[in-house]
Amino acid sequence: YGMASIRVDGNDVLAVHLATKAARDYAIQNMEPVLIEAMTYRQGDHSTSDDSSQYRAKDEVSKVECDYDPWKRLNSFLIHQDWMTEQDVESMVKEERAAVLQALSKAEQRPLTKLDTMFQDVYHEMPSHLKQQEHELHEHLKKFSDKY
Amino acid sequence: IFQFILHSEASSIIMNALRILNNINKASKARFQCGSRFLSSQTSLEQHNNFHYDEQSHNGAFESSPPEPNMTSLQLQSKSSMNLVASIKNTLSHILEHDPSAIVFGQDVAFGGVFRCTTDLQSLYGKDRVFNTPLNETGIVGMAIGYAAPSSGSDGGLAIAEIQFADYIFPAFDQIKNEASMFRYRSGNQWNCGNMIIRMPYGAVGHGGHYHSQSPEAFLTHIPGIVVLIPRGPVMAKGMILSAAKSKDPVIILEPKALYRAKVEDVPDEEYYIPIGKAEVMKKGHDVTVVGWGRQLTILEKACDMAQSEHGISCELIDLRSLSPWDADTVENSVRKTGKLIVSHEAPITCGFGAEVVASIQERCFLSLEAPIKRVCGYDTPFPLVFEKEYLPSEWKNLEAIKHVMDYSK
Repeated sequence: YGMASIRVDGNDVLAVHLATKAARDYAIQNMEPVLIEAMTYRQGDHSTSDDSSQYRAKDEVSKVECDYDPWKRLNSFLIHQDWMTEQDVESMVKEERAAVLQALSKAEQRPLTKLDTMFQDVYHEMPSHLKQQEHELHEHLKKFSDKY
Repeated sequence: IFQFILHSEASSIIMNALRILNNINKASKARFQCGSRFLSSQTSLEQHNNFHYDEQSHNGAFESSPPEPNMTSLQLQSKSSMNLVASIKNTLSHILEHDPSAIVFGQDVAFGGVFRCTTDLQSLYGKDRVFNTPLNETGIVGMAIGYAAPSSGSDGGLAIAEIQFADYIFPAFDQIKNEASMFRYRSGNQWNCGNMIIRMPYGAVGHGGHYHSQSPEAFLTHIPGIVVLIPRGPVMAKGMILSAAKSKDPVIILEPKALYRAKVEDVPDEEYYIPIGKAEVMKKGHDVTVVGWGRQLTILEKACDMAQSEHGISCELIDLRSLSPWDADTVENSVRKTGKLIVSHEAPITCGFGAEVVASIQERCFLSLEAPIKRVCGYDTPFPLVFEKEYLPSEWKNLEAIKHVMDYSK
């Protein structure tokens, strides 16, 4: 398509940073778009409904997990440079995991979204037929509250 | 005219497809023999069934429609228990086996499909006939049209396309409306693309949210020139897919995804055909007529049972089966008997297919009605996520509607 492009190892944090920087400079200097093609690999399943072992070998995935994982590579690099220790990594993992679990439990304690929001934001202003349907639903729920 | 972003994989698929068509034309005599083998068992069934018409009106939408199969007839007594996915898969396999021009394609069909409806088909019938497409619904339907339509170069073949979720049909809508549905009409019947089927899972599934729950049948039934079918389970699915394969018109089949694994039935091993354009009275009754299709029928069965056991109300439950064309005669006959009608579907109420049923029935037998016709449908909002339970036309909403029309008529 005649667009300037740069291909980079998408699992290398520093390389991606440098490639993005170069692309930005190019874009600003030339007033042209740039395509960044970041090569990577999807380690997990496509979604919670997917079992990827049905269509790819487990070895393929574990090889990527060992050799190609971006987080592991960055850690290795930082430790190799003596900018971080193994213990630092461990305590960071512990901290972040605790923060995530705390956020999860906080979210679970939040009250359920109000039913009214089902009819909101369809339009800028709720039209009369939606107000009518909302009213019908509430009338129905009054009679059958235990079923829902 | 459509834009199809070709990349090397897609263009080689197309070249393979064209090669198959060319080979078929060279061996067209053999193909005809295969084709008639496919049909021969149906003919003997027909002869058998001629004496077993059920009492519903049998002026189906098309004069050439096969008759309703008698499921208790001898030939259909050998049955296998299976769910909806297995029924679909077996039927596709049967078609691929007997029609050498048939191909099955769509996103992820090669490894078996995200709902497993096409497992083993590629290993059985080869990569030329069962293959993946790029993520491009316009292209999927466009290719089906091109493959199905005969031209000076080929007789065309049976194209069975899968759209991964009915929610994704919209990019392909122009292909359906402005190409497939008008192909015959705009060419004065010189050409047609009737040899195509588009299958797609539709409807609520508990966690589908905005884009994995939709029921787009109303958009499709508004298009003259295509057939829209909705099976309620494994038995209907086989007969409908076989009818669709024989149909001279493009057919769209909406499969209720919530029933893919859940609905298990004894499916006859023989071929049988569910006639296009004919409804089925699932349960006879005399107080209220209740009409639905696909997944909604499992909900309506519950509502009818509650109406009977809690209130002694006798409901006549009708599965439309075919939405385009649809069997207004059967519904009218029922309403003339009961005087009351409920129509229920998941899709939003405004301009849903229920509106068509209501408008037609009141026109046909207004004086038979003892109460206004009630529709129990989804609300006029996008399909929600958290509020799926409150959004859907539940058995309790339907029970309430049944009681309402009964009370009104007193």
